[in-house]
Order: sequence, then structure tokens, then C-alpha cells
Amino acid sequence: MSNTVLSISDVEVGQELPSRTIHISRLSLVQYTGASLDRNFIHWDERFARSVGLPDVIAHGMFTMGSAINVVSDWVGDAGRVVEYFTRFTKPVVVPYESGADVEVAGVVKALDAQTRRATVDLMATCGTDKVLGRAFAVVVLD
Amino acid sequence: MAVNASFAGRTYPATAPYAVGREKIREFAEAVGAADVVHYDQRQARARGYRDVIASPTFAVLIAQKCEAQLIDDPEAGIDFSRVVHGEERFVHHRPITAGDEIVSVLTVDSVKEAGGHAMVTTRCELSTTEGEPVSTVTSTLVIRGGE
Repeated sequence: MSNTVLSISDVEVGQELPSRTIHISRLSLVQYTGASLDRNFIHWDERFARSVGLPDVIAHGMFTMGSAINVVSDWVGDAGRVVEYFTRFTKPVVVPYESGADVEVAGVVKALDAQTRRATVDLMATCGTDKVLGRAFAVVVLD
Repeated sequence: MAVNASFAGRTYPATAPYAVGREKIREFAEAVGAADVVHYDQRQARARGYRDVIASPTFAVLIAQKCEAQLIDDPEAGIDFSRVVHGEERFVHHRPITAGDEIVSVLTVDSVKEAGGHAMVTTRCELSTTEGEPVSTVTSTLVIRGGE
């Protein structure tokens, strides 16, 4: 199978990545709880979440981080090209039983290094009016 | 109870090896909605030059959180987990985590800071294969909220 990794000649600073909406349901959180082994009750038990002062269960920050990077992996064409990924967790994503939550993820190329063929992509993730990831960026190696 | 600042700079012995399995890679990738076939299909992963299926970019957290538990679960460290909020996370991948890897991790407490009644603890886990090949560096900052 041939692989189509993005070439540095097709990328420029300021370029926007295709954005997407991640829908988060209770099932998403239970599935991530199992896969990640992060079984903290605040991510799946609303009675517990409320008892510690949260409005409802909240998504794992690492679930949001792990899902948001798909925007970059799919754009570059190979998840193995992501060599660095950073974020701050600025606001929790509250996931109500009925509606779940929608996180909008967008990315923009912030820097390019022709010598190392690396691109730095800034990521923006918002839930309603809340910015849920802060100063998030990923570095990818292009072809 | 305050976080024990004397833990700053401490380095722990390497953890027992974590065996990276294909099915765990697939399960984790599916859980975060990662669609790239490189996580699921060995043949296509090999066609891209990988030895086997590779993990999605944040999979290393699985290994790092086991490693960080050495600090968090130590009563001497004074970290009240019920007051912990995840502040920051950084992954630097020296190469992708690949099915079949046996990964050990060395924990260092990079810093312990107090600010505005909260404590901030930054840990670094250096992941490498049992043969000593560096794989990933995972840096995590936890915020421990002060008492009311």
C-alpha cells in the first residue's frame, strides 16, 4: 500500500487544517476509561461527580487531547509522524447524559522548518464558549 | 497536607516492562476515534516502514500514568488525589510506540511549586525499550488544589 504523507512543498504557514466536531457521549467516556485504565469516578459516575462539586461527569482531559490530535494525524497522513504534542487543560468538558458534548477542533500551521521538514500546528479546541485546550500544539515530520 | 517539596529532583528506578500489544493499541486508538489504519492493520503499517502496528500519539499516557503512580501513591509525597487536576501534558516521541515493544519507564520529579494556595507537580517519564532505545518522553503537570 502506498502512503500519502503530506509533502512540505504543499504546506505553508497560516494554512488551516480541516476542522471537525468530536461528539462525546457517556459511552465515549466509558470506552476511554476502559482503554486508558483511568477509572476516576468523575468521568463516569455523575453522583460522585456532583458530590465533589462538578456540575456533571466530565471528560478525561486525556480523552480530549487524544481525540483532538486526529485532526493533525489525518491531515499529515500518518499518525507516526506526530513527534511532539503539548496541551494545557483549561476548562473541563461537561458531558450531560442526554445530549453529550461537542468539542470543535481546528488547527493552523504556525511554523515550518525546511531543514528538519517539521511543521508546528496550533490546535484550538472549544466546547460551547469554553476553550478546553490551552496553548495546544503538535509537531509533525512531513515528507 | 502540603505537597512534600523535598521530592523535587528525585529519580526512581525503572519500572517493570510494559508489553505493548496489538489489541491494546487497537482498543486505545478506537477509544479516541483515531482512524489511521496504521493502528489497526499490520500489513499497511509495514508498508509504511513500521515493524508492526503503531500506537496513536497519546497512548504513552497508559505507560506514563503507571510510572507516575510511584509518586502519587506515596503517602510521603503528600499528594491528595481527590484534589488533583490535570494541568498540562507533553509527549515527545523519539519513535512511535510499536506492537511488540517492551517498555520501561524512569520517573523524575522535575519540580514541586506552590502558587496561590495550590501546588504544582511536574513529572517526567522517560520511556525506552528494555534494550535501552529511547521511545518517548512524557511530561505531566498536576495541580493539587489547596484546602478551602
